[in-house]
Amino acid sequence: MDELDELKQAFFEEAEEQLSDLEAQLAALAESPADAASLNGAFRSVHSIKGGATLVGFARIADFAHAVESLLHRMRSQQLAVDTAVVALLLGSRDLLHDLVRAASTGADLADGAEAIFVRQIDSYAGRPILSQNPAPSPQRLVRLQLMPAADYLARGGDPRRLFAELRRHGALSVVVDTSALPPLEALDPGAMHLRWTMALETAATVAQLRDVFAAQARADEYEIVDCGSPAAAAPDSSIAVSSADVQVSAAVVDPDAAEPPPAKGDKDMSAVSPSERDTAAIAVEDAIAPIVSSIRVDLDRMDKLVNLVGELVISQAMLAEQLHALPTGQFPQLARGIEELSRHARDLQEGVMAMRAQPVQSLFSRVPRLLRELSQHTGKRLQLVSSGEDTEIDKTVIEHLHDPITHMIRNAVDHGIELPEARVTRGKPPVGTIRLVARQAGGRIIIEIADDGRGIDRDRLRARAVEAGLIAQDRQMSEEETDNLIFLPGLSTAAAVSSISGRGVGMDIVRRNIQRLGGRVMIRSTPGQGAAFYMSLPLTLAVLDGMVIRVGGETYIVPLANVVESLRPLAKDVHTLVGGGDVLSVRGEYVPLAHIGGMFGVSGAVRDPTDGLVMLVETDDGGRIGLVVDEIVGQQQVVIKSLETNYRAISGVAGATILGNGRVALIVDVSGLRARMGGQAYAPMAEAGARAQREQR
Amino acid sequence: MMPENRFSTSPLDPLTRRSDGENVQTRQLVCFTIGDQTYGIEIRTVREIRAWSATTSLPNAPDFVRGVTNLRGTVVPILDLRARFGHGQTEPTKAHVVIVVAIESRVVGILVDTVSDILTVAETEIRPVPEIGGAAAQEYLDGLITQGDQMIALVAADRIVAPVLVH
Repeated sequence: MDELDELKQAFFEEAEEQLSDLEAQLAALAESPADAASLNGAFRSVHSIKGGATLVGFARIADFAHAVESLLHRMRSQQLAVDTAVVALLLGSRDLLHDLVRAASTGADLADGAEAIFVRQIDSYAGRPILSQNPAPSPQRLVRLQLMPAADYLARGGDPRRLFAELRRHGALSVVVDTSALPPLEALDPGAMHLRWTMALETAATVAQLRDVFAAQARADEYEIVDCGSPAAAAPDSSIAVSSADVQVSAAVVDPDAAEPPPAKGDKDMSAVSPSERDTAAIAVEDAIAPIVSSIRVDLDRMDKLVNLVGELVISQAMLAEQLHALPTGQFPQLARGIEELSRHARDLQEGVMAMRAQPVQSLFSRVPRLLRELSQHTGKRLQLVSSGEDTEIDKTVIEHLHDPITHMIRNAVDHGIELPEARVTRGKPPVGTIRLVARQAGGRIIIEIADDGRGIDRDRLRARAVEAGLIAQDRQMSEEETDNLIFLPGLSTAAAVSSISGRGVGMDIVRRNIQRLGGRVMIRSTPGQGAAFYMSLPLTLAVLDGMVIRVGGETYIVPLANVVESLRPLAKDVHTLVGGGDVLSVRGEYVPLAHIGGMFGVSGAVRDPTDGLVMLVETDDGGRIGLVVDEIVGQQQVVIKSLETNYRAISGVAGATILGNGRVALIVDVSGLRARMGGQAYAPMAEAGARAQREQR
Repeated sequence: MMPENRFSTSPLDPLTRRSDGENVQTRQLVCFTIGDQTYGIEIRTVREIRAWSATTSLPNAPDFVRGVTNLRGTVVPILDLRARFGHGQTEPTKAHVVIVVAIESRVVGILVDTVSDILTVAETEIRPVPEIGGAAAQEYLDGLITQGDQMIALVAADRIVAPVLVH
């Protein structure tokens, strides 16, 4: 890769990040239009993209980013009010910017003039064309600030650092501390405040805004704000510069482009003339304002290699530990201690590496407000979002694969769940429907809940549709929960319930399968008239799994612990053979079908009579239960998941493989796949459709 | 993947100077036996040769898939070539050998009786497989080579392995 290619690659990565930030900032802006921090953040993102694009020579991206930036600038300098329409325009522009970046990275060509419609709209806000216009630049104002806290400042909970941090969000801040009032050490009261600060802030913020910052942190007599106006390098265009005497800066007074340095004299078309120079300077200013995040960018491939290596290390360590058990006990205490220590380090290392792959679900949640806005516009339903647990962390790959399922579930909830405002009011509900989005960690899994307070699932209709489609028998007895979960059957959510919103060719069956593919589970709970909730349970990571090690004949298998309900040694009187040969086990009055793994997997020497072995009760993804007939339960172990498909192909009933402490390969049982293979189940058609779709995907 | 044309001139093929001074394309083969028959496999597809070790059997696999084994942390399927040729399963012992081959991006082990030799043959020595005995010979073999009084059958590794890569 030559240098330019590397730069381009870096630009694409950075742009993706900035675009994702931008989306979050715009979403925040839509929520609270007065939020200067979001506006500044959005401006920064667009500005960085513009700078980067200019640097690597993507003129088209740079030009469009410039137009968007100009619009943001007008909002930032309060020439333009933040309203829904302009935020919608910005979101649309963000998408186009995204498309442009994608197109550049894939080498594809976006239709010429795709920007035109946006640029026209942006221009209409400006009153005159922006693209050809040179945003009148002017330096920022210099504001002198003084903080003279009283002695009891700290006792009142004051913290100058917080204040400085607040101020830094408004511009470049320099702080000088005055220690002259500090008493000699013997007289020093450590709880009292003896310091004073003098600050210089280069900012676009009004004095009123700064006063607000101080007012939250100090009493009126503890600070002073003096607006010194333009710094020494005065702007050539004095008509829009703020006079230094004018302390009462009103919102109407224009303080244009805070971030951009004065242009060279006579330079009328900045976007054409030496853009890189100008952008570099602008970025420098921006960087000073941006909060410093100390992180590095690591290629995902490298990361995965590391994850794999650590997996190998854990396996090697397990092998060593197993060898140790073969030695006479107590003979090699040092060795035993060493291996124990090694195993602890290996575990810590593994956790650390996994944590590196983890990301907060924030990136998923941040897209939802926008989705709701779109849905609200399309349906006329009024919506609000309540979310929590945005900081919950989960594997990056899981996050990437969750975006579509979550989008779909929310569409589904709005389209089928939430009623129109009038209908809600007549039912005694608030006119605004609520979508609740919650993430939390529970044990080794992440639970994501998407709930609405709409009408809930119409069980009779759903059931009738399932019967009609031949998915369940007419006379089949089903619990309410089972009925609700029928919506995950293929052909139910897609065929009959198509609408412009949720009927986009993706059914809930696909959603479920995508989640299952991540090792997750999804279910729905509904209360008629009060709403429905989707619950997704997902693994923290895709690389390891907690499993029960079982023996069947001469083979060892792993059953994911997440599926295991209980194990029992069945009594002969509880095992019944049905017509047609299937065995069921009576467990506390419930009949559970038995899966003879030995027979199904063709293992010789496995126990045939369940009373000779053990039955492990497991839960399938649709909430059903089956009993696995096993010879013996060996123990519980964390295993590194290896794909069988790397060198072989997928096997129904097998989720993957792992390598045991003795170096042998053991297969991981896919409980839902097993149940599907047993056939005769209500859900069998789903499994078949799933397998078919999987085949088609390859 | 299209079977490689055995008369093609690949830049990777070594050139051997014949006694009459002419350069000819040659191929290196790993030779192995199953029963009395000697076979050859293109050395470029061979990753390593290891002794047989017990495998973990796979459910619902054809009889020629002996299961999977751990190759330094990678799960690799093992093909029983005798069974693949339709001559029944091998009863593997520690003396049996697994030839690990890489086909496209897949790594597969092939169980054979013994590995006998590494042979360099000229392209011109490779004879086409005559059309007899149904399609089997055509499907599994790329050509025939005469060495002294024995015939070496050049196996088509990609086509041998193909069934396990089907989804």
